[in-house]
Amino acid sequence: MASDSNGGSSDSQRIAQHRLSVIAGHLQRPAEGYTALLAAECKAQGSKPDVSSDERTVPRRRQEIMKWNGWGYSDSRFLFNKKGQAEFTGKRYRLSGMIIPGLRDWMESTFGANLQHKTPAVPVLNSSVVQPPTLNEAFVGELKSTGIPFSHDVEDRVFRAHGHCLHEIFALREGKIGRIPDMVVWPNCHNDVVKIVELACKHNVCLIPYGGGTSVSSALECPPEETRSIVSLDTSQMNRILWIDEKNLTAHVEAGIVGQDLERLLNESGYCTGHEPDSMEFSSLGGWVATRASGMKKNIYGNIEDLVIHVKMVTPRGVIEKSCQGPRMSTGPDIHHFILGSEGTLGVVTEVTMKIRPMPEYQKYGSVVFPSFEQGVACLREVARQRCAPASIRLMDNEQFKFGHALKPQVSSIFTSFLDGLKKFYITKFKGFDQDRLCVATLLFEGNRERVLQHEKQVYDIAAKFGGLAAGEDNGQRGYMLTFVIAYLRDLGMDYYVIGESFETSVPWDRVLDICRNVKARIVRECKDKGVQFPPLSTCRVTQTYDAGACVYFYFAFNYRGLADPVHVYEQVEHAAREEILANGGSLSHHHGVGKLRKEWMRETVSNVGVGMLKSVKDYVDPDNIFGNRNLL
Amino acid sequence: MSATHSRSRTCFFMKNDERVRRGSARLGSSKRLTTSYKDLGGAGLEDEEFLDILEERRQSSDLGFAFRTFNPSPYNAAPPSSTAELNRAVLESQYLRYMVKEIATETGSPVEQVREEACGILNEMSQNLQLGFIRLMSYTLSKVFKRLFSSIFVNMEGLNMLQQAAQECPVILMPNHRSYVDFLVISYILYSYDIPIPVIAAGIRNSGRDEDRGGDSASLWGLFYPTRHRLRQTLLGRAVGIRPNDCQKWQSNSLCLMQRGFAPLEFYVEGFRSRTLKSLIPKFGMMHMVLEPFFKGEVYDIALVPISISYERVLEESLLAHELLGVPKPRESTMGLLKASRVLKDNYGCMHVNFGRPLSVRQLCEGKINRSQYNLIPRDLPQKPTAEAQACVSWLAHLIVRVQEEGSLISPWSLMASLLLQVPATVLAQEGLLWDQLTERILWLRKLVLDFGGRLNWPEGVPESEVMSSTAALHRSVVRRRAGRVHLVEDDQPERKHPGSPEEAVMRTASAALMLASYRNQALHVFVRPALLATAMRLTKSRQKGELLSLFCFLQDVFSNEFIFIPDRSSQDFEEACCLLKKCGAVCISEEELTVSDTGVEVLSFLQELMKPFIDSYQLMLRYLCEEGDPVFSEKEFLPAVRNLATKLILSGELHTYEALSSDTQKNVLAALRRMEALTKLSSDSKYRVNKASVRRSEEILSGKIPPQNLQATPDARL
Ligand SMILES: Cc1cc2nc3c(=O)[nH]c(=O)nc-3n(C[C@H](O)[C@H](O)[C@H](O)COP(=O)(O)OP(=O)(O)OC[C@H]3O[C@@H](n4cnc5c(N)ncnc54)[C@H](O)[C@@H]3O)c2cc1C
Repeated sequence: MASDSNGGSSDSQRIAQHRLSVIAGHLQRPAEGYTALLAAECKAQGSKPDVSSDERTVPRRRQEIMKWNGWGYSDSRFLFNKKGQAEFTGKRYRLSGMIIPGLRDWMESTFGANLQHKTPAVPVLNSSVVQPPTLNEAFVGELKSTGIPFSHDVEDRVFRAHGHCLHEIFALREGKIGRIPDMVVWPNCHNDVVKIVELACKHNVCLIPYGGGTSVSSALECPPEETRSIVSLDTSQMNRILWIDEKNLTAHVEAGIVGQDLERLLNESGYCTGHEPDSMEFSSLGGWVATRASGMKKNIYGNIEDLVIHVKMVTPRGVIEKSCQGPRMSTGPDIHHFILGSEGTLGVVTEVTMKIRPMPEYQKYGSVVFPSFEQGVACLREVARQRCAPASIRLMDNEQFKFGHALKPQVSSIFTSFLDGLKKFYITKFKGFDQDRLCVATLLFEGNRERVLQHEKQVYDIAAKFGGLAAGEDNGQRGYMLTFVIAYLRDLGMDYYVIGESFETSVPWDRVLDICRNVKARIVRECKDKGVQFPPLSTCRVTQTYDAGACVYFYFAFNYRGLADPVHVYEQVEHAAREEILANGGSLSHHHGVGKLRKEWMRETVSNVGVGMLKSVKDYVDPDNIFGNRNLL
Repeated sequence: MSATHSRSRTCFFMKNDERVRRGSARLGSSKRLTTSYKDLGGAGLEDEEFLDILEERRQSSDLGFAFRTFNPSPYNAAPPSSTAELNRAVLESQYLRYMVKEIATETGSPVEQVREEACGILNEMSQNLQLGFIRLMSYTLSKVFKRLFSSIFVNMEGLNMLQQAAQECPVILMPNHRSYVDFLVISYILYSYDIPIPVIAAGIRNSGRDEDRGGDSASLWGLFYPTRHRLRQTLLGRAVGIRPNDCQKWQSNSLCLMQRGFAPLEFYVEGFRSRTLKSLIPKFGMMHMVLEPFFKGEVYDIALVPISISYERVLEESLLAHELLGVPKPRESTMGLLKASRVLKDNYGCMHVNFGRPLSVRQLCEGKINRSQYNLIPRDLPQKPTAEAQACVSWLAHLIVRVQEEGSLISPWSLMASLLLQVPATVLAQEGLLWDQLTERILWLRKLVLDFGGRLNWPEGVPESEVMSSTAALHRSVVRRRAGRVHLVEDDQPERKHPGSPEEAVMRTASAALMLASYRNQALHVFVRPALLATAMRLTKSRQKGELLSLFCFLQDVFSNEFIFIPDRSSQDFEEACCLLKKCGAVCISEEELTVSDTGVEVLSFLQELMKPFIDSYQLMLRYLCEEGDPVFSEKEFLPAVRNLATKLILSGELHTYEALSSDTQKNVLAALRRMEALTKLSSDSKYRVNKASVRRSEEILSGKIPPQNLQATPDARL
């Protein structure tokens, strides 16, 4: 049962308020002038006025608010303060400004890391290591005449040369820069994109669409063999909601808008899309479409492919779109499915009509502790069988459960070590549970209050059948809150010889346990084989449930002291882990996509004919490989 | 006779505890399971200590032993579960539900009833997991073993590795199978060292003779616990009645489920107990079932532990020859034999149980199996193995048998038998052989075995003469020393009332000769590769490597039902043969050619003689098939016909080996010819059709009349 059921409504208010404040916190006034300027440039475009306010998160010069060599906002980061305590800086997040007493203990005991052994990143970008841009003068000349802003400033170019794979960030921290785009353009609207693509075709320039830059598949990396001028087409300034259709509950939105802006702006009108990938602060609508993204609350709102009603994409052959907004069509293979997951290889998604929903009346977090991961999985399977999954249900394994505990911020002045806290928690609440086996599921319910409470009871009843005990709303809420700060933690690890990454798969229910065990074991074994000195962190969680299977995330990190080429070791282990996933019936990817990182497995994944089909589409749509990021195939 | 091997038991305990401790300390950075074939033979295992586990039993109470704390630590991923829980898990598995439904529909019996039967069988199978039973068994076995064997030697390092592996992943124990007591001995040893007692997956076969049925190897239980035994037989019998083919699958699948994280599973990859004491061509069915959980991702890894059991004297020895000669034996059969107080009174010398290094299936199968082939069909449904899976299973099964061979210990008696067989049996029976001469030859052969990398069970620090005489004494039912000579004992009944017919005389000699042959077979794996090369050198004048290789490959092909060769390794085997001959100084090898050295002649002729019985027997049968036999015949007709022919030729002095009389050799010839497609099985009644031309060609190559080129692919292609 939930910790206090009578406090539900005040809770929901508190939570709603909190959510607003978090989102508001993310809101930063962008560098002045741009929005107005852009709006002016594309005035002719919209027949309806832009329904939303002017404030946008992402400026053209991203480096003004974001790290060039790490995750997220420049002002927010984990560090160990003078007392050696972990602290999260800034003001944006709920955790901001707080001390996290257990983190150090956890890092030291989990990785054998040591505050004395630092691996600081190079502080500033040294522009002399960057190749001068290869410019296509004719293209630049004509582009200039269109008035579309562009730049070949070093920082602008470096910023758009990477996503957030470990090797990409690691290289930046070492100040190593490989092939990067030769220039960046910022179209303001669909028509700008049409012009840019036309010019690129005319002058044989390579275009790489750039959304939020959160790719974790090497999708944004410039192919080193590309000799043409590479232009990064940054969609971030195409970020307006063009209209909202309240009769059909749809919104027509420019593809460059990032998740937090989209939700915030829709919320202002009482709506939401409900699409909340963990990267939603920075990832863009176009990026979601291009990678077939998946949001935390897909159980209620659906994945991106379920949310999209209409897409407009500019290709070298022209614009592709459907003629109507019918909710379903039988007109041959759905052309949207050529676009969804095209990973920037066919064209630029410029505008999308998406389903919207009224904002939920009531939200409630929850958590359940299970005696073992096996029982947790059995419970999730039963929840899926009964089709009663809450908006979100995630099952953490034992290691992640401990990790979650390590991230508890200090509440009182009494210092408690991570292990003490854990022990207390587990002794007081879960007698008889083995501290080293138990695991936790976090839950998020959404909707009409009564129904949420009913739903909650149903889920907790099922959980009880599998030995699950309710562990309170706070634990659940903290779990979801951590979603946004976890990405910052990797940078802290990298300051202390710890590197890591997460990767995901989808797998039929009957194989969930097997794949979790085998992949985790494989990671441990490979690390040992590759000379990693300390046992790695190798953990997993089940993050989504479906009728026929689940989405599983693996987290893997290790202390690389003593390794000559840690990134190479890391890549070998990840490669082996992916092989293991495939051998155990898991998919190549549930939502991160293929990019260049997982290309080698495409053929076995979709068959020869499948690859042939994709190729022939590419050959028709983009015969000159203008969209030359070489993802997928 | 093996006094020097034994250590004081107390000393052992200290040592063992210390090792166990070290072992568990090592767990974190656990010693890796072996992968490469080269390591398998076991550098490091070579100078390993064997300890006599009966020593302690002779000094302290058997009852105390039976009631000591037995505290095995199971594989760590497994939550401790009771037998009942485990059985329930198995019964509720989708696979079993599926099978029950299948069988019910097919037999028309109600599902409930079939389920109950399954339940019964399961309980039966998990019987030996129950501690009370284990204790009772350990008490009885202590008594029996002490009476039968002078010592049971076990390699402690192997046990330690097993103990550790058992904590890391499911373990499959894979002993060779020479005697009914094999599995008892292993359970007994594991009990002694706190390792979970294995579940024995005996394949049930509904064809074949009584003792071929795996259930029967467990019937030694019946010796001690007749009621239980009868119950088990009934249950198995009923299951067989339901649907023979599925029954085995059913049982083994359940066993696989059970072994996943509970107790090790044990089975004989050779399928049968070898009546010739030679390794048998492995069977793949059970092997496949055991590997499937890995193929399908249900376990991270499986450790295969080959176990080589070497008997100085096999309990069933007097039965061996009888069975092979098809001589009707008393209906009371094996159990009767064992019950006979005679057996329990006799001494069977020492035995060695060599636990091989645990082999990681995951590592062995790397690159050999694409596990994602199982992605598209529910894993619980029975599935026909793909060609790839079959090849992988076959390779692994062969590999295991080879490792078992390499791990087995060759006794002085095997060497003696090998040499005695090179003397005509009648001469040996009548005139006998000079004892000193035999001793000298054995010492020479001992050196050759060592040169070839064989493991000897030759007691150190004991005068050679003593080793020799105690060996002969132990086997006085086969050989007898009289006045400085050694004679073959023709029948274990010393005096016969009346002489009998010449054919009966042949049979009498044959049974002694085949017993010798069986003990020779225990040593064959060490010699077979160089011996085939030596034979090739006899068949052709050429010393060109290429030509020898193609003959070698031909011989391997012909004899691959006779000896164990890992598939697709002919050229490596050939290289190995060359190396060994070079190592013992028999040949010099240049780029292209082999040259026989002066001392080489002795080695080569020994090896050629060693192969002679096989070559002669095969030739005889091939000739019979292409000259005398009907073009269409059944096995039932073939065996007696060959036996008659061979008897005739032995009497006329044209045939020198008795092994042509062995049903084992006869069946192997048929199997070889089928494999080489010189015989085809007719779909109607169990008859074969001979391709006489092709049989003739093989016969001619085997007798050195024509070279094998026209049969084999060019040697270069094989290299
Ligand atoms: C911390 C973190 C958490 C994450 N969590 C999730 C999650 O919960 N769910 C999820 O699905 N993913 C997640 N991801 C992965 C990533 O956020 C998604 O793949 C996201 O969809 C990428 O969007 P983006 O706008 O950042 O695209 P980018 O990274 O800029 O680009 C990704 C690819 O799409 C192409 N592309 C971008 N915009 C367009 C366009 N308008 N038209 C055509 N092609 C385009 C690019 O060329 C590139 O190939 C996460 C990543 C991180 C780093």
